[in-house]
Amino acid sequence: MTRPSTMTMWRKTVDGRTAALYLLPSIILFSVFVFYPMFRTIYLSFFLTDQTGNAAIMVGFENFVYLLGSSEFQNSMKATGLFVLYTVPITIVLALFFALLANEKLKGIGFFRTMYSSTMGISVAASSVIWLFMFNPSIGMFNRLLGVLSLPQIQWLLDPEWALLSVSISTIWMNIGFSFLILLGGLQNIDEHLYESSRIDGAGYFYRLRRITLPMLSPTLFFIITISLINAFQTFGQIDILTKGGPSQSTNLIVYSIYREAFINYQFGTASAQAVILFLIILIVTILQFKLGERKVHYQ
Amino acid sequence: MKMGLPQKIWIYFLLIVTSAFVFFPVLYAFMISFMTGPEIIQGKFFPESLSFENYSKVFSRLPLLNYLLNSFIVSVSVMLGQLVVCSLAAYAFVFLKFKGRDFIFFLFISTMMIPWEATMIPNVFTIRKLDWFNTYQGLTLPFFALAFGTFLLRQHFLTIPKELHEASQIAGLSRFRFFWRVVLPVSKTSLVTLGAYGFLTTWNMYLWPLLITTNKSVRTVQIGLKQLQSQEIATEWGVVMAGVIVVIIPTLLLLFIGQKQLQKGLSQGALK
Repeated sequence: MTRPSTMTMWRKTVDGRTAALYLLPSIILFSVFVFYPMFRTIYLSFFLTDQTGNAAIMVGFENFVYLLGSSEFQNSMKATGLFVLYTVPITIVLALFFALLANEKLKGIGFFRTMYSSTMGISVAASSVIWLFMFNPSIGMFNRLLGVLSLPQIQWLLDPEWALLSVSISTIWMNIGFSFLILLGGLQNIDEHLYESSRIDGAGYFYRLRRITLPMLSPTLFFIITISLINAFQTFGQIDILTKGGPSQSTNLIVYSIYREAFINYQFGTASAQAVILFLIILIVTILQFKLGERKVHYQ
Repeated sequence: MKMGLPQKIWIYFLLIVTSAFVFFPVLYAFMISFMTGPEIIQGKFFPESLSFENYSKVFSRLPLLNYLLNSFIVSVSVMLGQLVVCSLAAYAFVFLKFKGRDFIFFLFISTMMIPWEATMIPNVFTIRKLDWFNTYQGLTLPFFALAFGTFLLRQHFLTIPKELHEASQIAGLSRFRFFWRVVLPVSKTSLVTLGAYGFLTTWNMYLWPLLITTNKSVRTVQIGLKQLQSQEIATEWGVVMAGVIVVIIPTLLLLFIGQKQLQKGLSQGALK
């Protein structure tokens, strides 16, 4: 009696055991490199740490209180917010414009698609070095151009008024390739028949854009806006190469600030508190996007 | 789509002007990489002669070949690791019924909301404890599991008829054989997309190699660029740009070849 029933039990759970085996690599890696360090970061944010990063003195919310009161951190948050505001909308509008152009069925369109997407293949480090040269006050292209137009020279990366804007310009360029590629993919998924029926009615280009293309593209737009926002909060490489957070901390974006606090100043407690704030910001952005997205987005 | 000639000319005009703008910085860097110091200071756009002197200089001043090889090893390892780990997980989510599937799926989704930068401090400590500083496993292993990759493959696996799975079990094919012989071959396009994506993002990774490489043994080209830039900056921009061109050629080539595939695959994975 018992043997057949245990046999069926064994057989019934074979899917479960196989699944455990197939999921094990992912689960182990996520546990070690995502979940554990996330909890550890939260834990460390309540402590003062020693040089090697061990929790030394429990201070409760002291790190957070300190951060919220420190002008340095307030400044970093302000710079991060401005940076997001400067980069995300312009990148998406430009990428959408390019994607609409590149979605036309014309001879040689493949070449233009490759040009637009090219910046996705160029690393942040390489792009930053190229832009560092173009921003160079004496031999860079931008100041030469201003010179030709007999306009006053600008100390792009050295002037606290201009540095964040300069970094933003280069970042927009770096991110255009990826956004373009995603938006073009979204445009190509739109059913051709929708346009055909509207053309019979004699609808113009912009009418079609507003009434068919953009609504049908809204899931893709929604996706790329979320990804771009998250990416903007995670910016690091261009800051490290172009400005190192300066001048007078005007480009000290949050990830750079975490990096400096942890690996240059060895203040792992306050660095962790900043990391927790970064995590919360991204969590809120994601949740907001989903809440808004549910209502606004038109799914096919 | 039919359009008139004036409209066509107008669109071609916009295409040419805007794409030239987008591609200009790369072209500019390419031109600079052939120039001598005085030419750069004069502000020329075209080099006087096609001299590869800057390229030979950059290879002699920096262990660039060594860095390129390191980047290649790291990128290929992450690419293969992601393909294996993600396809196994995606198979389990699509073809196997088990308790807690929804919960585990939710766990996978939640990893996408945790920014890598928020966890980097304890991760560096973990790598130190494992004594994995300046090792390939330290550079690659943390990136093998990828929720995005799992979802991308899951979308493709969902299009495979469930009946095929049942039939193969009745025919006595083991689950792994089915996975290996049926699921993977029909999902080639998604696997290629994920592979290209993994290679590209790993090749371009900056912060992690910066944190856990302290010498040239496994250091990648991106960190090499930072080094080059801070050494040479004032004097020889031509050499620096030669380094930039060498570093971007592999990924640009990959993008040019796989642009179509990547665009289709990524937008599909993003949406459904």
